[in-house]
Formats: sequence, C-alpha cells, structure tokens
Amino acid sequence: MAERTIRIMVAKPGLDGHDRGARVLARSFRDAGFEVIYTGCHQSPEQIAAAAIQEDVDLVGLSCLSGAHRYLFPRVVELLRQQGAADITVIGGGIIPDQDFALLTDAGIKAIFTPGAKLDAIVAWVRTNIKPRT
Amino acid sequence: MNGYFSKDTLDRSAELTRQWEEEIRRAAASGSAGAPRRSTVSDLEIKRLYTPEDIAGLDFSRDIGAPGAFPFLRGNQPTGYRGRTWTFRMFSGMGSARDTNARWHMLLREGQTGLSTAFDFPTLMGYDSDSPKARGEVGKCGVAIDTLDDFLTLMEGIPMDRVTTSMTINPPATALWAMYCAAAESKGVPLAAIGGTIQNDMLKEFIAQKTFMCPPEPSVRLISDTVEFGARHVPKWNTISISGYHIREAGSTAVQELAFTLRDGIEYVEDVVRRKGLAVDAFAPRLSFFFNSHIDFFEEICKMRAARRIWARVMRERFGAKDPRSWWMRFHTQTAGCSLTAQQPYNNVVRTALEALAAVLGGTQSLHTNSLDEVLCLPSDHAVEIALRTQQIIAEETGVADTIDPLAGSYFVESLTNEMEAKAWEYIEKIDAMGGMRAAIDKGFPQLEIADAAYRFQQQIDAQEKVMVGVNKYATDTKQEIPVVDIDERVEEEQISRLKTVKQRRDSRAVRRHLDDLRNACRSGENVMPFCIAAVKERASVQEICDVYREVFGEYRDPGLY
Repeated sequence: MAERTIRIMVAKPGLDGHDRGARVLARSFRDAGFEVIYTGCHQSPEQIAAAAIQEDVDLVGLSCLSGAHRYLFPRVVELLRQQGAADITVIGGGIIPDQDFALLTDAGIKAIFTPGAKLDAIVAWVRTNIKPRT
Repeated sequence: MNGYFSKDTLDRSAELTRQWEEEIRRAAASGSAGAPRRSTVSDLEIKRLYTPEDIAGLDFSRDIGAPGAFPFLRGNQPTGYRGRTWTFRMFSGMGSARDTNARWHMLLREGQTGLSTAFDFPTLMGYDSDSPKARGEVGKCGVAIDTLDDFLTLMEGIPMDRVTTSMTINPPATALWAMYCAAAESKGVPLAAIGGTIQNDMLKEFIAQKTFMCPPEPSVRLISDTVEFGARHVPKWNTISISGYHIREAGSTAVQELAFTLRDGIEYVEDVVRRKGLAVDAFAPRLSFFFNSHIDFFEEICKMRAARRIWARVMRERFGAKDPRSWWMRFHTQTAGCSLTAQQPYNNVVRTALEALAAVLGGTQSLHTNSLDEVLCLPSDHAVEIALRTQQIIAEETGVADTIDPLAGSYFVESLTNEMEAKAWEYIEKIDAMGGMRAAIDKGFPQLEIADAAYRFQQQIDAQEKVMVGVNKYATDTKQEIPVVDIDERVEEEQISRLKTVKQRRDSRAVRRHLDDLRNACRSGENVMPFCIAAVKERASVQEICDVYREVFGEYRDPGLY
C-alpha cells in the first residue's frame, strides 16, 4: 500500500494578523504535494490542538509575529500532549528572537524558521523529518 | 487636446529612438546589450528607455496642471513643502501607557511634529488585558489601553490643542476615539479644537491586515457613524485613514495597493452618502489615506502621484464633489516593514532612507520611518532616533523639498504614473462590476489577488530573480548583533491589576446603563459615538464596548484563504 500523503496544519495562534508568511508557506506545502489545512487567523491554542487532532495531521506549523510566541507555542505542544497526541510534530516561525530559541526547543518545538528561510528548505525539512503517522 | 509635445518634437524623438534601437541591436549582436527583462519589485515591466513618445498622449491641463489645482498630480498645496513640510510622525507604542507616554515626550523633544499610536493586540482586537485571549500579548506589540484611566496617562503632558495624534485602531475605533474626546474635554480642550486621525478602515482588515471583529456590513456602518459625528462635532479630525499600507505588507503589488485602497475609499463615500444622507462635500475633506513606501523607488513615487490624480477624478466626476478640498487626497506614508531584513540589520537604515525619499518625492503629507530593529522587536530609543533623523536629513539637508514635485515631466515618471493609473482603473472597474468591495471581499477576490502576488514574489526571491541584499545575495556568516527590546512579562500583570482597580472603583450601574444605551443605538441605527463617549467617561472598558458590538452584530471569522 502506498504511503499516505503528509498532512500539515498551518496555524495562526493568538491575536496576530500578520499572515503573509503563513499563507505563502501553506501554498508552498500544497504545491509540494502535501495535504494542507490553513486555520486562518486568531485561533486559540485550544482550537489549534483540537483541530490538529480532529484533522489527524502529522505536523502543525505555527506562525506568530506579535511577540506572544513564548506563551502560545509551548501551550499548543502542552495541549497536544495532554490529549494523547504527542506524536504530532510542532514547528514554529515568525519573528522569533534568537534568545527565545532555547525556551521553545525545550518546550518541544522541533524546528524554528525565521525571516529569510527559503520555502524549499522548509519543504525539505518536512520531507526529511516527517513521516505520515500510522 | 492640449498635447505635451509638438508634432516636430515627436517626429524627431521617434527618429532618434529608432537610431538608438539600432545601436542597441548592434550591441546585442556583439553580446553587450545587458539583461533582457527588468521589472519593478511588483513585477511591472520597465523599459530600458522612455522618450517623449511614451507620454505623447499626455494633456498638460487635464493630466498635470499646477500644484494645488485639479487634478492635483503635483500635490494638494500650491506651496508644496515650502508652505509646510510633511509631519514627522513616528508610530510608537509599547508596554504600559506610562512607558509610551515617556517615549512620546522623548520624540517631541527630538523634533517630532505629530504623534502616532501603536496599540497592543488585545486593544486592537477589542479585548481587555484580563481576557484569556490576551494571554502573552499585553503591551507586546504596542501600548495596552483598557479604560479612560490608561488613556489619560497616555496623554499626560501632551498639549492636545496643538499636537495632532494618529491612532492605528480599527474595530474598536469608536471606543478609542471616544477616549480621546473625553480626555480632551477633561483637559478643557473643546472637540472643535482637537486634530488627529483614527485609522478606522475595516475593508482593508478583511482584505489584508486581519484585525477584524464584526462582519463587513456593520463594520462599515460604524465607520459611517464616526464620519458623520466628525463632520458635525470634530471638524479637524480625520475620521478615517483609508489604508494601502497593510495591503502592500500582505504582499500586494503597488498597483493592487493603489486600486484596492481607492476602491475602499469609494465604498466608504457611497455608504456615508446613502446611509447618513450627508452631502459629499460635508465630509470628504476629512477623508485621509495611508500608503506604503516600498523599496522600488520610482514605482512608489508614481503610485503616490497617480493616487492623487485618480482620487481627484473620482471625487469630482463620480461623486460630483464641488469643494476642491474634497478632491484632495491627503496621505500619510510609512516605509515598508516587509522590505527590511533581519540579516545585516544596519542595512535597514539605508533602505528606510531611500523609501522615505521616495515618499517625499511622491508628496506625502506625513511620514513614519521604520527603525532598523523593527524586523526583530519594537524599536529601541537609539534606533527610533536614527529613523527620525533620517526624515530631518531629507527635509533639511538634501534640498529635495525646496521645489515642488521635482520629477514632473520626466518621460519615465509620467509614463509610469499613467500606466499605474490605467491599471488601477482596470481593478476599480472590475470591483464595480462585482457589486463593490464588500461583494468582492465575500468572493475572496482581493485576498486571492494579493496571495498570488505574495507567492510569486517569494518564488522570485528564492530563485534570486529579485534580490534582497544580505538574504539571497551578499549573505554573510558573521552576524550583526543589535540590542533587542524586550517587553517585560510584568507589564501584563500590572496592567491586569490596574484594570481590576478601575473596575472596583467605578459606578458599575452607570456603566451598565451606558452600555445598554449603546446597545440600543446599535440596533436602532442611531449614531453610536455620543453613547461611546458617555460610556468611556464612566470607565467602560474597550472590551465592554466591543462586546456590545459582537453581541449585536456578530463576529467575523477568517475564511483562511491562501
């Protein structure tokens, strides 16, 4: 049986409306052949975790440019773990200062992409690191 | 027809152009002709050479004219910047009202001439600092304002009868403007004496910035309420700043920015005329605009010149406005945040200077220059001072402000101005045919046009067809370290405790009564502004007012188009 296509949820947690990066990346994932769900802006961590489980995704990509990533990103990981979905990988992007990388990595964010990251590099990271969950 | 060149000149020009093209072909044969296609940052193709033939159709009286006269291509004011230089208006807001007030006093001391307020996300979205939705966001992206008490702190020591203040606020614009009015009254400054701007442009929120609350229809109604209230009671206030800035930052082309912004403007004018029955000249002079100044120098200058001419034509021809001030497009400009790079951040000073120069050559009335560190954080005192000095150098050292519209008559500039105007009209007519901007937004039309442009640009960057220095070319491994401003988490706790105190001390029954009045006005169609002012005076919070709107009008959900 052929391996199922990788399913990705691109999500915008919090009140931030800067969605250019998220939308460009969603389209790039779609063009790369992944299945993509884009949540739109203004999702709470609870809504994102619930939707990720409901949609049975392999990867959640969080985007935040408001400075609230220190609270919002770890909260999504925590909620997924609490709901028995620790195998859903979470990555993040946006305006993330270098000094926050350790905090986010320790909280379980698997990769962080900041301005200047090339679309095909992000796609390549997904192909290397994400396998469809069974 | 009042042609720009004589037939002899055009014939001679055509002849010389033919000879020049032959030279080029010969050079091409020998392999030294250069790159084949060049385009602007918006991917508008640019020719190697522009000649009189490119503007042969230009009619001097119809298309160019004098500064301060229809069609205002050369500016609204007959005296240009000599009469009055543009306003140095740095967008700022951080942490608490006290922190921001300190930054404002610093900027005024250093020669800033107008204030501009950045609110934090909870305030922008109509939530109080104690809302669960505000967790992690309080004071981060701007100043946290919950009640009039915060607002009074923000305005401490600011002469509200002399300094104009712009507020970037959209769904809760009525609440924040009500606070401004109440603060002025408490200082003994009459409403007729205050000046400033509320952004209050909801259509571009659905299109691009995504700070939305209620659906488009009631959102536009609230805007018309403010326009009417301003026309009657606050005559020096710009009740809307019809904004292309965010459309551009979301990834649009310059033409899309121009077209969607002006079509939004048309939508607002139609709504006020229809809903409020006001004559267009009773309110149009207080409509203001806001554009982006991106890195493509001439494209930006031409966009701004074209914007003034299109708006003058729209107001006179489409709406029959008679007052010349209704024909004016007055606009603020901000340099392009999205053109700045986190890599080699000192280069951002140079980008911002060039973008600011373009805005000045385009004839802006007001300008914000981004700080070099804004790709990473809120600007530091030092970075914001460099940004302000950039404007002062342009205004007072370079001499570019000494003569009005110095690029007028350039074959290239006039030709590109015409081209951008023509392309903008195509969009405007297309949206007219869809039934207007609200209908176009329902279809996802402007959103998807912008998404296409943003994606194309990113692909061009990745393929190195477009260059960002330090990102996809001339990248280095050594990092330029710059200090990063961090907003302390304590700001959130302190703000929540301030709000709690206000809520304990205020007369809760009076607050409830005023909110009930506001609810009734929302339902009856009565203007909400007097009720908002009464409510904020009793210390009703931003969220309490917005909750009334959410309850009566419902909430808009992001359709998540990409």
